[in-house]
Amino acid sequence: MRDLPASFSDKRRGLLMAGALLCMLAAGLLSLALGAVPLSPAQIWQSLLTGDRTSAAGRIFWYSRLPRTAACLAAGAGLATAGCILQSVLANPLAAPNIIGVNAGAGLAVTVCCVFSAAGWVMSGAAFLGALAAVVLVSCLGRLTGASRLTVVLSGVAVNALLNAVSETLRAFFPDTAMSSVDFRVGGFSGVTGAGGRLWPAVVVILAGILLAFLLSNELDVLSMGETTAHGLGLPVRRFRVLLLALSALLAGASVSFCGLLGFVGLIVPHLGRTLVGADSRWLIPMSALCGAALTALCDLAARLLFAPYELPAGIFLAFLGVPFFLVLLIRQRGGRIHA
Amino acid sequence: MLEFRRLTAGYGRQPVLRDLDLALSPGEITVIGGLNGCGKSTLLRTASGLLPPLGGQVLLEGAPLEELSPQQRAMRMAYLPQGRNVPELTALRMVLHGRFAYLSFPRQYRREDFDAARAALEWVGCSHLAQRGMASLSGGERQKVYIAMALAQDTGVILMDEPTTYLDIRARFEVMELARHLAGMGKTVVMVLHDLDLTLRYARRVILLDGGGVVADGAPADLCANGSVERVFGVAAARASLPWGEEYVFRPLSAP
Repeated sequence: MRDLPASFSDKRRGLLMAGALLCMLAAGLLSLALGAVPLSPAQIWQSLLTGDRTSAAGRIFWYSRLPRTAACLAAGAGLATAGCILQSVLANPLAAPNIIGVNAGAGLAVTVCCVFSAAGWVMSGAAFLGALAAVVLVSCLGRLTGASRLTVVLSGVAVNALLNAVSETLRAFFPDTAMSSVDFRVGGFSGVTGAGGRLWPAVVVILAGILLAFLLSNELDVLSMGETTAHGLGLPVRRFRVLLLALSALLAGASVSFCGLLGFVGLIVPHLGRTLVGADSRWLIPMSALCGAALTALCDLAARLLFAPYELPAGIFLAFLGVPFFLVLLIRQRGGRIHA
Repeated sequence: MLEFRRLTAGYGRQPVLRDLDLALSPGEITVIGGLNGCGKSTLLRTASGLLPPLGGQVLLEGAPLEELSPQQRAMRMAYLPQGRNVPELTALRMVLHGRFAYLSFPRQYRREDFDAARAALEWVGCSHLAQRGMASLSGGERQKVYIAMALAQDTGVILMDEPTTYLDIRARFEVMELARHLAGMGKTVVMVLHDLDLTLRYARRVILLDGGGVVADGAPADLCANGSVERVFGVAAARASLPWGEEYVFRPLSAP
C-alpha cells in the first residue's frame, strides 16, 4: 500500500467516484450484451420494458444475462466491501475473505447445504454462519497467539486450509453435488441462472450489507485507529468489532453462496480504492463496492469471451490479477511500507 | 477532576498498584513517573477505563467511571495511548473523529464539529496539514494532530501515555508546550513520562510510583529537595544557572 497522495479534496474524490460508477455501469451493460449470442442495446431495452420472456432474446436476457450480471456486480461489490471491513477491523492490509478463511467457511456451509439439498434463504443463512464461524475463529486465534498482523494472516491461512480440506472431503463423498464443479472451487458465474432461489436473496443481503457498512463508516475509521484510541474516543470497541466482523461475514457468505470461492477481489480492490480516495471509509466503501463490481463483471466477461466457445471460471482471471498483487504487497510489507 | 479511591489496579488477578488515593486537579500538568514496570501505564489504562479496577474506584468529574457509558466517558476524558496505528486518514478527518462521542442520528458530523476540528488544528499550529494523510506526517506533526483530536473532544480531563516518545527534541518541547497550554485552559492534564528533564520542567505536580504504591507526590522542586528523585531514579538532580535561566541537570549517583 502506498502512502497517501499529498492531498485529497472532496471534489477529486467525487470525480473519481463518478468515474467508477460509469465504469461499473459500462461493465454491467457489456455483461448484459456480450456472450455466445450477442444482444443489442435495443433488444436489452425492449426486454426490460416489455418483460418479454418468450422470444429468444427475452429468454437469454431474463434467464441468463440479467442474473449473471447481477451476480457479478453483487459478488464483486460484496467481497470488496467485506475486504475493506476486515482490513480495518483486523488492522491488517493482507486480510481478505479468501485468504483468512472467511470464504472457505462459507464454502463449507454451502457444500453442506448442497449435500442436504437446501437452497434459498437457508443457503444464504448457512453461508453467513460458516463465514462468521471462520472469522470469529481467526480473530480468537490471533488474540490467543498475540494478535500481531502476521499472526492473524497465518491463523487465517491455517483455518482456510482446514475448512477447504473438510469441503473437499464432503465433495469426495457426495460427488454429485453442484459444489463439486471447478466453477465453485475457483469462483465463477456460469452456473448462475436465477433459478432455485439462490441468487436474489443473497443479492438483497449484499446490498443491505453494503448500505450498513457505509452507515458505519465513522465507526470503521475510528476502529482503524487502534483499539485503545477508539476506546478513548468513546467507541464500544468489543461490540463494534463483533458487529463489523459479522457484517463482513454476511457480505462474504452471501457472495460465496452463489459465486463460489471467488478470490482476491476482497484483497485487491480495497487497496485500489485506498490509492484512489484514501482510507476514509465514507469514500472507500462505495469506491471499493463500485470497483469490485466493475472488476468482477469484466473478469467474467473475459472468462466468457476470450476462449469462446469454451468458458473459464472468472476466478481464474481474478487470480491472474490477484496473485501478483498479493506478492507485491508482501514484498512491500517487508520494507515496512504497509499501513493498516 | 480525576480521583482514585483505594484503587487497586493490575492485570488478570495480579495487582500492580494497591490502595491508591489520589485527586488530580484541573489547570495543571500532573506527571506520573517511576522506573519501568512500576505501574505508570497500568494506572493510566485503569483511569481511562481500558482496564477494570481490581478494587476501589475511579471517579471522573465526581461520577464513578464504571457507571458512565463509553460516550459519556469520552465527553469527559480524552485518552492518547502510546502505541497507535497510523490510519491513512487526512489530519482533518482524524481531528474530526475527536467529535465521535458527540455523533447522533444520522451519524454524520455537523458544521459545528467541522468548526471545532478546524479550530483545534489551528490551535496546535497544523492548519496547513489539514488535507495531508497521517502516514505522510512526521512523528511530531502526528502527535500534534492527536493533541488537536483530544482538544476537539472538548473534555475536562486529558490522559497522555508517553506523548514525547520517539520525537526529536524540538518536537518534544512543542508537544509539552501544547500540554501546558491545555492545562492553562483549565483541563486536568495527566501524563506518563519517562523523560525526567521534561517532567521536572513542565509538571506542576509529580507522582512517583514504586513497589505498587506512591512513594513521592509533590512539586518538582520539593521532590528534588527531599531526595525522592535520587531514591527512585538513582540520579542526583540540581538546579544550575544557564545563560537563559535555571535548569535541572542530572548526574548518576554511581558516577565517580
